[in-house]
Amino acid sequence: MFGRLTLEAFQHEASQGSAVIMMLFSGIAIIALLSYFKRWKWLWNEWLTTVDPKRIGMMYIFVALLMFLKGFADALMMRLQQALSVGESHGFLSSGHFQEVFSAHGTTMIFFVAMGLIFGLMNLIIPLQIGARDVAFPFVNALGFWLFASGALLTLVSLAIGRFSTAGWLAYPPLSGIEYSPGEGVDYWIWMLQIAGVGSTLSGINFLVTILKMRCPGMTLMKMPIFVWSALCSMVLVIFAFPILTATLVMLTLDRYLGMHFFTAGGGGNPMMYINLIWAWGHPEVYILILPIFGIFSEVVPTFSEKRLFGYVSMVWALVLITFLSFIVWLHHFFTMGASPKVNAFFGFMTMLIAIPTGVKIFNWLFTKFRGRVHFSSPMLWFFAFVLNFSIGGMTGVLLSSPPVDFQLHNSLFLIAHFHGMVIGGVLFGFFAGFTYWFPKFSGFVLDEKLNRYAFWCWLSGFLLAFMPLYMLGFMGATRRLDHYEAATGWHPLFIAVGIGALIMLCGGAIQCFGLFWSFKNRQMHWDQTGGDPWNGRTLEWSVPSPPPIYNFAIIPTVDQLDPFWAIKQGEAPPPQQDYEEIHLPKNTPIGLFIGMLSLLFGFAMVWHLMWLALASLIAIIACLVIRLSAKDEHQIISIAQVKEMEMACSRRNQVL
Amino acid sequence: MQPLTIIQFRHSISILFPKGIIALKELNLLLIIQVLMLLVIVPVYILTFAFSWRYRADNAKAKYDPDLVDNRLAEYIWWGIPLIMTLIIGFLTWVKTDELDPFKPIQSNKKEMKIQVVALQWKWLFLYPEENIASLNFLQFPKETPIHFEITADAPMNSFWIPELGGQIYAMPKMKTELYLMSDHAGDFRGASANLSGEGFAGMHFITRASSEEEYRQWVESAKESSASLGLEEYNLLAAPSKNNLVQVFQLTEEALFSHVLNKYMSPKRNG
Repeated sequence: MFGRLTLEAFQHEASQGSAVIMMLFSGIAIIALLSYFKRWKWLWNEWLTTVDPKRIGMMYIFVALLMFLKGFADALMMRLQQALSVGESHGFLSSGHFQEVFSAHGTTMIFFVAMGLIFGLMNLIIPLQIGARDVAFPFVNALGFWLFASGALLTLVSLAIGRFSTAGWLAYPPLSGIEYSPGEGVDYWIWMLQIAGVGSTLSGINFLVTILKMRCPGMTLMKMPIFVWSALCSMVLVIFAFPILTATLVMLTLDRYLGMHFFTAGGGGNPMMYINLIWAWGHPEVYILILPIFGIFSEVVPTFSEKRLFGYVSMVWALVLITFLSFIVWLHHFFTMGASPKVNAFFGFMTMLIAIPTGVKIFNWLFTKFRGRVHFSSPMLWFFAFVLNFSIGGMTGVLLSSPPVDFQLHNSLFLIAHFHGMVIGGVLFGFFAGFTYWFPKFSGFVLDEKLNRYAFWCWLSGFLLAFMPLYMLGFMGATRRLDHYEAATGWHPLFIAVGIGALIMLCGGAIQCFGLFWSFKNRQMHWDQTGGDPWNGRTLEWSVPSPPPIYNFAIIPTVDQLDPFWAIKQGEAPPPQQDYEEIHLPKNTPIGLFIGMLSLLFGFAMVWHLMWLALASLIAIIACLVIRLSAKDEHQIISIAQVKEMEMACSRRNQVL
Repeated sequence: MQPLTIIQFRHSISILFPKGIIALKELNLLLIIQVLMLLVIVPVYILTFAFSWRYRADNAKAKYDPDLVDNRLAEYIWWGIPLIMTLIIGFLTWVKTDELDPFKPIQSNKKEMKIQVVALQWKWLFLYPEENIASLNFLQFPKETPIHFEITADAPMNSFWIPELGGQIYAMPKMKTELYLMSDHAGDFRGASANLSGEGFAGMHFITRASSEEEYRQWVESAKESSASLGLEEYNLLAAPSKNNLVQVFQLTEEALFSHVLNKYMSPKRNG
């Protein structure tokens, strides 16, 4: 009846136990608040069942930021342990728990933070930038989100019930095989990735088709904003890469559940094949994350330089080239496996080639400022931090791409410093830039600039303190994932510095949380006076009111050049016509939510070998799909009168201000 | 501040102050690539700050030209220069990857010495087939002699790494990887596993002692007189998971132990 689930699964070390209690407490508090303010109906109608990409985007970002708190807590625990656990002292975490923590940290940050932020921004921005009212497959989009969310929830469940994987964020076999990891940890890891991965594939298909088929009249591919181009490239990567992940995980699942031998050490299995496959997904994955960030900066830099983007065509080709190259470099993650020098050198050289288009992008951004009017607003500050860190990261990346150098640096903290430079200095800082930039579009007010700046300086200085010493630690021979080291290594002072850096970053995060609250509280003061265009923007999203009405555009715009909104403001293009029309939009549906929650149940049941529950939830999922596919009336119609009324309301609001 | 710290701690900064020829060559390549990269990075930094400052919005003196969006020559330059850089670094890498292939013997007038390495849960076993001795978490060999390591694992994948002497290579069950290293100096160096291999992974470090020929012979003789012997039976006991093992030396009674470990995973799994 209960499969492998026993009472033991609910017993934890003190640090984890308190996290579980906090989680339960906040869960109960949220339910109580919703009931007290009678907000359940609002939650259901406006959010849980929505298919509006703007709402879905906000939910993505909400979930991702919650998961960010968890991932950050993991990081702080690791750094605290490493600052304490030297020589005679063994810190406050057992080896096993420490390994759970870093495995959870990596998995959470990549799958549920970075991916969530990227998909969140794309949901918010893509339809607006291409002049569309909706995405191509609104239901698939909602389903993708709910699968993502249920993967994230499964991570939280693993915190409370049982243990998480101790095999690292990519769970290399044979360590992750049933022989060396017999517990439920790796199964949790498999199922949360499998569920979220299917969601990512679905979202990828949705956005690819949206960008290719839903652009407004006149917007040819070469007139798309660079953010849309970057999203397009990123989605191509999703569609090609995620099926590899799914298939690899299926094989690992078969090994673990049915005793097969794809990746086992004995019995004819080949663990090296897993490492190849997982990186054939894993390397494109990092470009899935960074390409949209390039897109964000290609929007931010021109806007805050009051100038068109320099070298648009170059930028597009650089993106396409990176997309292509990202599939032929995976082997650089394991030069140390002993492939022949020719193979290693080929992959090393391919990796170095990526530095060229990336460098071109940086030069184009720089020359966008040339003869512009540069405003040092906080999105631009994030750009400076990005250039600083990304260049260092790129440089160390080229070092690592040379096999003989990699032999000395692989799996050392040098590598950790390199990819955190890319992921924090690149993806996270880029997201912060985009978040600050687009925030007024969806809220109607700008974030408090002073607090933004405080947060920025904390993040930048904290980041440098937390990661530059890691390069040195790498040179000192410190490997990653150590829960304890000898005093004679001389690493201790640097680990303490690193811990302090992490705390400074935490201050940055705290200021941002406070900034959100403060700006919301004083939103009258920070109200966007322009009614939708606070930064003197260039692209279509700034041409609609903030927050945009549910249908985005009352009149679908027609575009004949890049930066269409800028052209209208400069008088180079005629302003749009005012003939309203009936608008068809998809109806809300709870099926996405249902399938998501059933997948969570399915994943949980599989982890604990509750086969009856797994089977039942699988049947329920199929039933939901059948219901959805046989639904006839999926659309709602917004009449001309209603459109007029909503548009009037928007302009009235602006006039009052 | 930073340079002073480096001088003070130079003995701990194994990669920047190598003790072996392989590590030295790898460091040289690292430094050359670093310098070439700085040729691009430094101008980027300078331009970033120069442009941002010169064209700040409140600087009325700077020229404003919002439609300057294209310049063929400039674009040729920044596609071209990184391409040339990459070709140089790529060529260098191509040559050096071949030269520093871990499987490639080191040229020396001294005869190479073979040591077999088995990564266990969670300790390192070193077999000296030419001397019929073995040691646990301790490795000794004469300096200025090329050492030929044959490496495998009877455990999840590990990575065998002595940073002061040279780069690492994976230790994988069923697979034999090879690594040639040579120490130019006498001394004790820290070796470790660089790849997560389970609960006791952090304790998988060992001492590598490069000594004079006589000291090495003395150690070998003392090991040969060790009361502990290592045959198949003892090996199976030793291979059981254990953490933070102390240094041990053995007489090696099973000569073919290494190939036994390699072949262990070749046959179909016995227990179903």
